[in-house]
Amino acid sequence: MSSDPDAPDSMTIIAFSGDLDKLWPTFILSSTGAASGMDVTVFFTFWGLFPLVKDDVRITGYDAMTKALAGMNAPGMKKAKLSKLNMGGSGAWMMRKVAEKNKLAPPEDLFEMCQEMGVNLWPCQMTMDLLGIKPDQMVEGLGEPVGAATALQKMAKSDIQLFI
Amino acid sequence: MPDVAKIVDAKGQSCPMPVLMTAKGIKEIESGQIMLLEATDNGARSDIPAWATQTGNEVVESEEADGVMKFYIRKK
Repeated sequence: MSSDPDAPDSMTIIAFSGDLDKLWPTFILSSTGAASGMDVTVFFTFWGLFPLVKDDVRITGYDAMTKALAGMNAPGMKKAKLSKLNMGGSGAWMMRKVAEKNKLAPPEDLFEMCQEMGVNLWPCQMTMDLLGIKPDQMVEGLGEPVGAATALQKMAKSDIQLFI
Repeated sequence: MPDVAKIVDAKGQSCPMPVLMTAKGIKEIESGQIMLLEATDNGARSDIPAWATQTGNEVVESEEADGVMKFYIRKK
């Protein structure tokens, strides 16, 4: 909780999974929070970092194992998998079709809205080093990479903290 | 019907777009002016008043006809 009564409500989301069906709630809540005047921060860590890699980057990593991990978990938002019933990507394709039919904006558009609304988008420095994801492989408009202590400092001051 | 300074058409848009469009639209009017938001998303029925409460703006009037919700929002 903020000690300054005039400070806006604040929300911090830890985006851990990177799954397509979890990108939706992450970006819906963060864009809506910012649109409601909240100070919103999303900290992208572990699998959550992969959707921030540009779609045209085919592989990330610095050695056989990190490249293999990226090979099995394709980077880029367009390639995000469903958390269940992915079925080699056909599940994700179907979910996107259903969303389109129901006029639910794709995660790519909602991510853009987050940027427009001023959501702080923080990549996890440690995950970038661990998995070999370089700054120039990631999309524009992100904040500086930060560590656990910075994320926690923000969470400690937040009214809402979510792990997605 | 209140005097409207701006109309935002969010018909056919699904959650969270009506709220995001409302937030963007309200930035373009002056304090005390009224914006009309039109939406068809069922979530908007509770979301627009919730957004207004959170942001301190005021829904001065709302109506619903033929599946279209109209919210008259006064900027704080």
